[in-house]
Amino acid sequence: MSARETVLGGLRRSLKRQPGDGAEAAVEARLRSRVRGTVPQRGQLSGEALLQLFVNQAEGVNATVTRVASSDDVPGAVADYLRQSNLPLQARLAPHPDLQALPWAEKVPMLELSEGRAAPEDRVSVTPAFAAVAETGTLVLHSGPQTPTTLNFLPETHVVVLRAGQVAGAYEEVWDRLREVYDGTMPRTVNMITGPSRTGDIEQKLELGAHGPRRLHIVLVEDGTEPA
Amino acid sequence: MQATSHAFKDNAHRALQDTELQRAMGHVRSGFIDKRQQAADRLPEFEQLRDEAKAIKDHTLAHLDLYLERYEAKVTENGGKVHWCANAEEARQAVLRICRSLNARTATKGKSMISEEIALNDFLSEQGIEPVETDLGEYIIQIRNEPPSHIIAPAVHVTKEQVESDFRRVHGHLSPERPLSEPTQLVDEARQVLRQRYLDADVGITGANFLIAETGTSVIVTNEGNGDLTQTLPKAHIVIASLEKVVPTLEDCSTILRVLARSATGQEFSSYTTFSTGPRRADDPDGPGEYHVILLDNGRSSMLGTEFQDMLRCIRCGACMNHCPVYHAVGGHSYGWVYPGPMGAVLTPSLIGVHEAGHLPNASTFCGRCEAVCPMRIPLPKMMRHWREREFEQHQTPPKARIGIEAWAFLAKRPRLYRWATSLGVRFLGRAGRKRGRFSNLPLAGGWTAHREMPAPAGRSFQALWAERQQRSGGAP
Ligand code: SF4
Repeated sequence: MSARETVLGGLRRSLKRQPGDGAEAAVEARLRSRVRGTVPQRGQLSGEALLQLFVNQAEGVNATVTRVASSDDVPGAVADYLRQSNLPLQARLAPHPDLQALPWAEKVPMLELSEGRAAPEDRVSVTPAFAAVAETGTLVLHSGPQTPTTLNFLPETHVVVLRAGQVAGAYEEVWDRLREVYDGTMPRTVNMITGPSRTGDIEQKLELGAHGPRRLHIVLVEDGTEPA
Repeated sequence: MQATSHAFKDNAHRALQDTELQRAMGHVRSGFIDKRQQAADRLPEFEQLRDEAKAIKDHTLAHLDLYLERYEAKVTENGGKVHWCANAEEARQAVLRICRSLNARTATKGKSMISEEIALNDFLSEQGIEPVETDLGEYIIQIRNEPPSHIIAPAVHVTKEQVESDFRRVHGHLSPERPLSEPTQLVDEARQVLRQRYLDADVGITGANFLIAETGTSVIVTNEGNGDLTQTLPKAHIVIASLEKVVPTLEDCSTILRVLARSATGQEFSSYTTFSTGPRRADDPDGPGEYHVILLDNGRSSMLGTEFQDMLRCIRCGACMNHCPVYHAVGGHSYGWVYPGPMGAVLTPSLIGVHEAGHLPNASTFCGRCEAVCPMRIPLPKMMRHWREREFEQHQTPPKARIGIEAWAFLAKRPRLYRWATSLGVRFLGRAGRKRGRFSNLPLAGGWTAHREMPAPAGRSFQALWAERQQRSGGAP
């Protein structure tokens, strides 16, 4: 007997599974209905209150946030952030049309950009986000041809460009959007990112930048789209 | 790992004398408890979410066979492979086969208690494949050649001075003059040393906090980002998970995530919650080329349908040990296997047998704090009592305790005799301890008084005091 049959057989015996006991129908119904549990009140805000909650929560976990009025302001905001953090004016960009469309050369000609997956020597990455969750100040990113996952983890500084319209109240809303966009399948990786990398493994003392980015900076673009 | 759970008493005894350990354990007592409370207070829906999280797991466990079949189908559909394993040996062999097929020489590893359970590191080393732990806590205990002492903070028993001397010993290529006394310096050094290991690894092995049946996804929850580097950079990602990790949908996973980090570290959400489905897609610029799930039973299927089924709801948050006075006093290693504290006291006898681990359920004061904080509302004290009963039935209780329990049972069934005996005992002890109000030394109770004092009784039994009170207030005794 294969291990699969041994394990499944053991489970069925322990559960006293009977043919026609309705269990299969219950499972199908559950998977189809995708019932939500309680969504905390704080995740049910809208408009500016929701954006403010997102910003507060993200800052509460050591991320930094700059709010800009339009996407034309993004290149300047990124360059300012690098200068303030004493970082060289260099960044590795996700090969994503939303980022490629920004007026980099026009606004910040001295910012040296390259594109593609992260290499070990890259110090700064700039990526788009798929969504964000105000409830806990969480960014949602995923893998794909235009969004390599290594950009989210290898560089010491991760800059994320987020549009106000991408900010959701709760995780559940993001799942629905993802199902809609990807027709029910999941990308290889979905990253929920809440603040920069941290550890408490040495005497329970909080240290930032354990293996992933030391800094997480969010440029929030309020281009007139309402948060979802 | 080789279990030493049978030696709990000796282990605990040594732990109590270990000043370095006692100093390190102080951080558990002060750190976790307040943070969890604050996180729970900030979310008014927290208690309700605990009920819902429990209900999700109860439903899943009642249909576990079906959800696992569904999960497997989805993994396969997405280009991954599920390896069913009935026991630890099958799981080790499955990992080895994958490593061999890729000619792997090193494997980076995210923190996984299942990997500890199947003693994977020793096995891989014997086979010529170098395992590299990347979670800072796991890395520290790997270079110290120790097992974890906590399920989410494996090196919680180690002081920073000890880490410094371990790093100086193992990182011999770095300047001996470098400053290394601050946690920041230690974290930086680990970051620097492990960076190259991620890039060189052939295989990345992680655990899973959840498996999602709806999508065939595995989920890891971490703070360091080590799990992500581990699973993104190498040729293959191997997930090691036990059967009970499965939940139906992304929504169900979200509900449980809302109680997980809050219960574990008092964070609202961990830094990185990562959902992985299959290998990299044809046009993905990075990610692992292969995706394997080692799905391990190792005793769990036979807990289903028994009085220990509730234990399978456990999400390994560690809250029960963080709040356990016995764990605080003796540390995690005393429990002698992978899982310490109250959850270990219940789970270990199920997984490695009551003969080896029958003592663990006795390591409890039945204060009930573990059950009060367990996000999955697992009745830990009740289950420890089940084990005690079994141990007693199987005549494994030591003779001294047996005689004591039997004598007490004899008296308890005879109320008049009981009242007479207890009032005599209480009067005697009350008089003997009158001066100081407590004993630091009592015959037959040396185990108790060696590390704490026994309060002297009031001189009259509770029953006598109660009867008197009832009479005074006019009620029937
Ligand atoms: S038993 Fe409960 S409190 Fe303990 S680790 Fe498991 S889920 Fe957490």
